[in-house]
Parts: sequence; C-alpha cells; structure tokens
Amino acid sequence: MLVKIAWRNIWRNKRRSLITLASVAFALFFAIIMRSMQLGTYDLAYSSVINATTGYMQWQAKGYWDKQSLEKSFAPDSLQRQAIENTEGVVALLPRLESFALLASDKSETKPGFLRGVNAHLESQYFNLNEKLIAGRLPQSGETGVTLAEKLAESLKLNVGDTLVVIGQGYHGMSANGKYPVLGIADLKNPQANKSTVYFDLKELQFLTGAYGQVCAQVIIPEDHNELDQLKNRLTAKIDTSSTEMLTWREMMPELIEAMEADSAGGLAILFILYLVIGFGMLGTILMLTAERKPEFGILLSIGMNRLRLAWSTFMETTFLSFLGILTGSLFALPIALYYHNNPIELSGDMDAMMEDYGMEPLMPFSIDPEIWFTHGSIVLIISLIVSLYAIVSIFRLNPVKAMRR
Amino acid sequence: MSVIEAKNLSRVYQDGESLIRAVDQIDLSVKAGEFTAIIGPSGSGKTTLLNLIGGLDSPSEGTVIVDGKAIHELKDNQLINFRLQHIGFVFQAYNLIPVLTAQENVEFIMLLQGEKPQLREARAKELLTAVGLENQMHKRPSELSGGQQQRVAVARALASKPSFVLADEPTANLDSKSTEDLLDIMHRLNKEEGITFLFSTHDQRVIDRAERLIYVEDGKIKNDTRS
Repeated sequence: MLVKIAWRNIWRNKRRSLITLASVAFALFFAIIMRSMQLGTYDLAYSSVINATTGYMQWQAKGYWDKQSLEKSFAPDSLQRQAIENTEGVVALLPRLESFALLASDKSETKPGFLRGVNAHLESQYFNLNEKLIAGRLPQSGETGVTLAEKLAESLKLNVGDTLVVIGQGYHGMSANGKYPVLGIADLKNPQANKSTVYFDLKELQFLTGAYGQVCAQVIIPEDHNELDQLKNRLTAKIDTSSTEMLTWREMMPELIEAMEADSAGGLAILFILYLVIGFGMLGTILMLTAERKPEFGILLSIGMNRLRLAWSTFMETTFLSFLGILTGSLFALPIALYYHNNPIELSGDMDAMMEDYGMEPLMPFSIDPEIWFTHGSIVLIISLIVSLYAIVSIFRLNPVKAMRR
Repeated sequence: MSVIEAKNLSRVYQDGESLIRAVDQIDLSVKAGEFTAIIGPSGSGKTTLLNLIGGLDSPSEGTVIVDGKAIHELKDNQLINFRLQHIGFVFQAYNLIPVLTAQENVEFIMLLQGEKPQLREARAKELLTAVGLENQMHKRPSELSGGQQQRVAVARALASKPSFVLADEPTANLDSKSTEDLLDIMHRLNKEEGITFLFSTHDQRVIDRAERLIYVEDGKIKNDTRS
C-alpha cells in the first residue's frame, strides 16, 4: 500500500509532476544525445587514426618513436618474434618499414611523401587495406610498384599505370631513388594519411632503402584492444628490453588523447551545468511538495505511521518520478542515437577542416553504447535521491502538532 | 478502571517574553466506556489537553498514564507506536489520505500494525458498514461528503482496536444531519462495543449527547459533571 500511496501521490498534482518529469526527461535526453555524439565521434576518430597509422600496439627499436628514422629500425629476433606470436591475446604481427622521401611525377611539382613498406596480404586481412582501394591493386610480395593514397595521387596527377619518382635517403646514408609504376589508388579515410602515403611491398622498400631485413615496427594485432596494458606487460617480458620496446597507441599518440580529453572536458562541463539545472528543478518540486504536505505528514505521524515509513514513502514518490523522467528521456534519445549511429552526420566547412587537421574523418556518428544510458540515467537518479533527502530530513524533524496547525 | 490518568498536567508555551500556561496543573481520570466531552471557550486549552493525552505533545510538568503506561516518558518512536496500538484519532478536518479510497484509508492503520491483508479487508468492510458506508467503500475522500468523510475517519480510528478515541472538534465542519448521524454512530459504538470516546467540542449537539462534561477555562478544569 505504501507503493500505491507513493504512486498515486505523484498524480495528485498532475501539472507539477508532468513539468518535473518533462524537465528530467529533457535534460537526460540532451545529456544522452550529447554524450552519444561525442563518444561516437571519438570512437570513429580513434579507430580511424589508429587503423591508418600505428595500429593498437607496436614492437619497435628503443627510441624509434622519438626519432622516426631508418637508423632506428631493427631486425626482429626470430625467437622473440615467435614468442610474441605465441603469447595469449596476440592475433598476428605485421611488419612495417617506414620512411620519408620526395615524390615527383612528370605532371606536377615535387611533394613530400610517407613511404610504408607492408605485407599487403596481412594489412588487408587486419586493416582492410584492400577494401580502401578505389582503383587498381596493392603491390604483392616481391612486386615492384606502389599504391598511392587518393589525395596524394590527385596532387601528383597520377593514375594507375603512371610512374612515380621517389627521391630519398636510405639506411646508413645510402641514396634511395627509384621509379615505380602506380599499381593502385586507395582512399585511406584518414585525411593526413590520404595526403602523403605510398604503399610498397615490404621487401621492395627494404631494397630501395638498403635496409635489408629491417623493420621500423612490428604491429601487434591484439585479440581485445581494451586490454592493451595487460598484453603489453606480458609481451614486454618476452622481448629484449635493452634494445626494443612495446608501445601502445596511447603512448605513441598522446596528443590525440589530449585533444579528445580536452573536448570531452568541455562536454562534461556543459553536462555538469545541465545536471545542476535538473537538481535545482527537482529541489523546487521537493520543497513545494514538502511544504504542501506538512499537515498531512503531521496527521500520519499522529495516527501512528513511524517516521521511517513516512520517509520511505516520500522517497519512493521522488524515485518513481525520477524513473519516469529517466525512462522517457532514455526512450526518446534511443531512436535518434540509432539513426545517427547508422547515418553519421557529415561535416563540412570549418568543422571538416578542423577534423582533417586532427587526422580524422569528417563524420559524426553517434554511439549506442548502453553505458551512456546507464551512466547518465544513474546520475539523474542519484541527483534525485540526494534532493529527496530534504523531504526525509524534514520528516525526521517534523513536530506533528505544529505541522497539523498549518 | 481508568484508561487515562493525568496528574498535575501542565503545558507552558513561550510567547515572546511571556509564558502561556495552555494547560495548568490538571488532574483528570477517564474510565473505560466513558463518553466524555471537554468543553470551553476558544483558547481555553481543550486541544492542548487532548494533544497531551494523545501523546502528540509533551507536558511541561506532570504525568500522563494511558492504559497503565506513562506515555510522557516514551521516546518519539515508542510514542508513535503507542498511539498506533492504543489511541484512535478523529480530527476536525477529517484528514483522510486523499489518494486512498475509504476502505484503503481504514485498512491503512491495520497495515501499519502489520495485520494480514485478508483480515484488514474484512475488518475495514465491517467498520465501514457499521458507520453506514457499505456502498461508498471504493470512493476516494474527494468523492464523499464532509459527513461521510468524518464517518470514514471514525472507522479508521476504530480500525486499530484502540483503548479510546480522541476526537478534536469532530463535528465542527458538519451540517446538522451529518452531525446527528455521526453522534448516533459514536454513541452506538460506545454503548454496544464499550468504546471510550473523549471529545473536545464547542458544539451544543455534542454537549447534549455527552455523558460527562469537563469544562476547561484558562487551562484549568473548572467543572466536571456527569449526566
């Protein structure tokens, strides 16, 4: 019956309850949508940058990441490599050799380029490189030829079948110059990578640069990218740490994390203000409710309802109202988040340029991670519970005679 | 046997710099089965006296013994529980729970006492029938007239099987017909079931029906007569 009383009490003042419910629902709706948009964008940004650049974890020569030069490449020890491959949580190792060079064609000015020697089969298997092709193909093992990133090909005015000229410096100061047929063109999605990347077969780039048997990094493909730190610890125990090291993407790209965290902090500040508004809105309701009902509380105490039960009944009332608001806000947010999860907002103009500066796709997909609903629903519920303490404290301090006299 | 025994009972309020003796050294004894009215002008201390007897207020001096228990010594929670088990209340403004039906209002007291649902339902129906509301059980207070609401309040007061019922101006808001009906019901319950009633009232119709009249003025009992 206490539940019945609490539920019916909500509807005693329908207009006030509906306004409170609507304010909770709207605030939660706004919070969920905002967070869903932010986290969805971050997820895409992370995966876009990670897939186009470092992967989740790399095995590198010590100091390579600070000074990315062929001089810091290394020849992976086959026993250590095998030990890594056999470690639980490791799916595969992908060798990469990377360098920089000037690129030229007979149709344009010289451009700086980023050369990446890879095993095309493995890159396709784990990073879907083949699916990014918009023309031609990737260089196969031992094949002479390159695949260009889309924007780079456009700026060099090259198409499949044309010739790319590479002028650079190889390992130990060797010259690294060559002419390569363009085998394919790929849209790498990541704007930075799209402007500069040239894919070689690993052996071909080793040959061009004279870095025979060398790699700049072995990209580790983890089973679960949410458990990178544990995996890193396991792998670090299996490598020669005097000359090599394991780095996660968080260590390699701290500026990406910082940018996201700075952006996230701005969003959280807005959410904090939103929650303050909800809190004060609910406090207003509780203040009115408590003031209006003091005589009734006095009666209930007089006829023998103990304070704990009375407080519990009032607490349930607040909780029901909050739950209704939470349910309404969550349900309204769901279809919108789902729609934009499947149909991300395409950015244009300044936003597009800004996202490109960060090396991200100019898309804003929404996240549908249930944790967003759970977290923000819980926050609103906790706020309402804290606010309901006012009524509870009032009940415990109530003098029934004075209350009935009001 | 006395159900209520008050000795040297006083209640003093501070009003600015002056002290008001709302109840002033009253000695009172009410026996089981009495039908008693406390009368007197406004501000004479009738309601304060009822509040002290009902454990709603604490005396400044003196003792209140109800059913052999010194209730002025009880702590807040013990007092609430004592009221629930021993005292029925009827208020001037009915004070039913507006979101519950008549039957649920009567059951509510028994719920607080921890009675089983079947027993609650049966007793609520029996009491509402006794006060002539067998056809209004499922109506909420807002759907009942003032007289009907007060009859529900009487049924509620009796639901806990109290030692006595305290009624503070129970007919103040009722018309003549409703007042007569309510008095008939309470009188019948008093005669047939031996329920003790203690009223505070200004209402001549109640005064006419009371078997004992306690006249209070300036916080003191000036007269105590039995018919």
